[in-house]
Amino acid sequence: MLDADARNAVLLSLQVSVVAVLCTLPLAIAVAWLLARRRFPGHSVLSALVHLPLVLPPVATGYLLLLTFGRSGWIGGALAEIGIVLAFRWTGAALAAGIMGFPLMVRAIRLSIEAVDPGLEEAAATLGAGRWAVFCRVTLPLIGPGVLAGAVLGFAKAMGEFGATITFVANIPGQTQTLPSAIYAFLQVPGGEGSALRLVIAALILSIGAVLVSEWLARRMAARIAA
Amino acid sequence: MTLSVDIAHRLGGFALDAAFEAGPGVTALFGPSGSGKTSIAKAIAGLLRPERGCITLDGEAMLDVAGGICVSPARRRIGVVFQDARLFPHLTVAQNIAFGERYAPPGAPGLEAAVIQRTLGIGALMARLPASLSGGEKQRVAIARALAMRPRLLLMDEPLAALDGPRKDEILPYLERLRDDGGVPIVYITHAVGEMARLADRIVVLRVGRVLRAGNMTDVLSDPAMVPLIGVREAGSVLIARVTEANSGGLSRLTISGGELRLPGIDARAGTSLRVRIMAQDVLISLSRPVGLSSRNVLPAVIEGVHRGDGPGVALSLRIGEDRLLARITAEAMDELGLAPGVACFAVLKATAVARADIGARQ
Repeated sequence: MLDADARNAVLLSLQVSVVAVLCTLPLAIAVAWLLARRRFPGHSVLSALVHLPLVLPPVATGYLLLLTFGRSGWIGGALAEIGIVLAFRWTGAALAAGIMGFPLMVRAIRLSIEAVDPGLEEAAATLGAGRWAVFCRVTLPLIGPGVLAGAVLGFAKAMGEFGATITFVANIPGQTQTLPSAIYAFLQVPGGEGSALRLVIAALILSIGAVLVSEWLARRMAARIAA
Repeated sequence: MTLSVDIAHRLGGFALDAAFEAGPGVTALFGPSGSGKTSIAKAIAGLLRPERGCITLDGEAMLDVAGGICVSPARRRIGVVFQDARLFPHLTVAQNIAFGERYAPPGAPGLEAAVIQRTLGIGALMARLPASLSGGEKQRVAIARALAMRPRLLLMDEPLAALDGPRKDEILPYLERLRDDGGVPIVYITHAVGEMARLADRIVVLRVGRVLRAGNMTDVLSDPAMVPLIGVREAGSVLIARVTEANSGGLSRLTISGGELRLPGIDARAGTSLRVRIMAQDVLISLSRPVGLSSRNVLPAVIEGVHRGDGPGVALSLRIGEDRLLARITAEAMDELGLAPGVACFAVLKATAVARADIGARQ
């Protein structure tokens, strides 16, 4: 039902979104923990920085990415020397998607960490657990549903990300053309509405499927830690 | 075991400046809310870093602010039982108890898992999740969890304060057993005189962040000067009594150093030693041996100390054999009877005045 370009776009979007979420999730958990449990100079600066992609126009984020991670950008240049190129590649799309979804993930995870009674972490510490053990054995299991919610939000954002992606990696069929970029491309050519609609339906099925799976997982986790 | 604490800390308008020592057995830190008990507990556990001072455990510095030492809670090996149990909700009772076991150094002295289960009566709860436990059960599991890490010291911060009366009475015998058979020194923080009378060997009395008095439980509780601090309705002395004739349905006979007590509702075998807390307000004083009186307990006594407060009441300490009994009467009655230190008299106590919860086990 989908032609080759459309199918490639769906698969690429899935690939980009999964990689984006898997790579940013550990960092999002770490930043969320810092923001929720530590007070340090620069706390509000870090918080503002994390939220920046949420408030900045996505195209602006994409342009900033191009400036820093492009071949002549200060990070992109260094990466290019060791053979890693992000601009106009699918990896760049994953970077853009990850950055756009990052604030949503941090928010969801931070809220769930703040909901964990610090008294439980204190109790774990008095039982002999160091900071890392406290996190792994008490905090992390208790924030499971929050981490899942953050991951689903990040995934949904990554699947739908358009502005930053198209600015940073353009819209090359089979290489950087994600699902939203493909819908946009189909709508630019006469007679492309049918293909666009089929892609929209594919997007609908994927989104609803993701929500259902996450609901089911969340219910299982909540049942385990029923308070 | 010796825990030595000497710390100062400011928190808002509240200044804590307390020094005391705790040895083997149970040391109770007693004071009303706002006396600094919980700050001291947190400092001992390593959850609060005081501005100044030292805490040593068996000569090893846990905290030395001047020397830049503050051992992390994880390395202190002080088992803490919090008022709100703080069981890990995602772990079963067995997993909660096992949580700290892996951090116990191999060969550390302590109770075996089976002994802990038996002592606290939690064997049937092991597979349950904390959410399905009653308040009393949660607290027993919390104690087991703290013991399973083989602590050098058990620190209990108002462990019964969140429980209702019957739950408290349910747990107190377990705590007595722990004190008598556990071999772990306990610092017990409380504002309840009844718990202190049942459990403590030594008492440290705190008021607005300072130590007002520290000493043996029986000495502190029978000191008339302590009555205003403990509360006139709560004040009372603790006598050590041995059951000579058990009669669980009627009155039992118990001997104390200076005579005999007859009390109802005693569930112990003959030969058992008990702690009996007698409220100061339940003791009458008579100059001659009363006749035609319903009271079952009349004990010859000598007045030893008097404390006159601001109100109409007076607290008297009476020497009965080796023991001291606290009595609270009106100043008017004291003047009328000419009571003063050295005067011989009789202490009168209704057999039914002693509540069942005020009779506890003694090693």
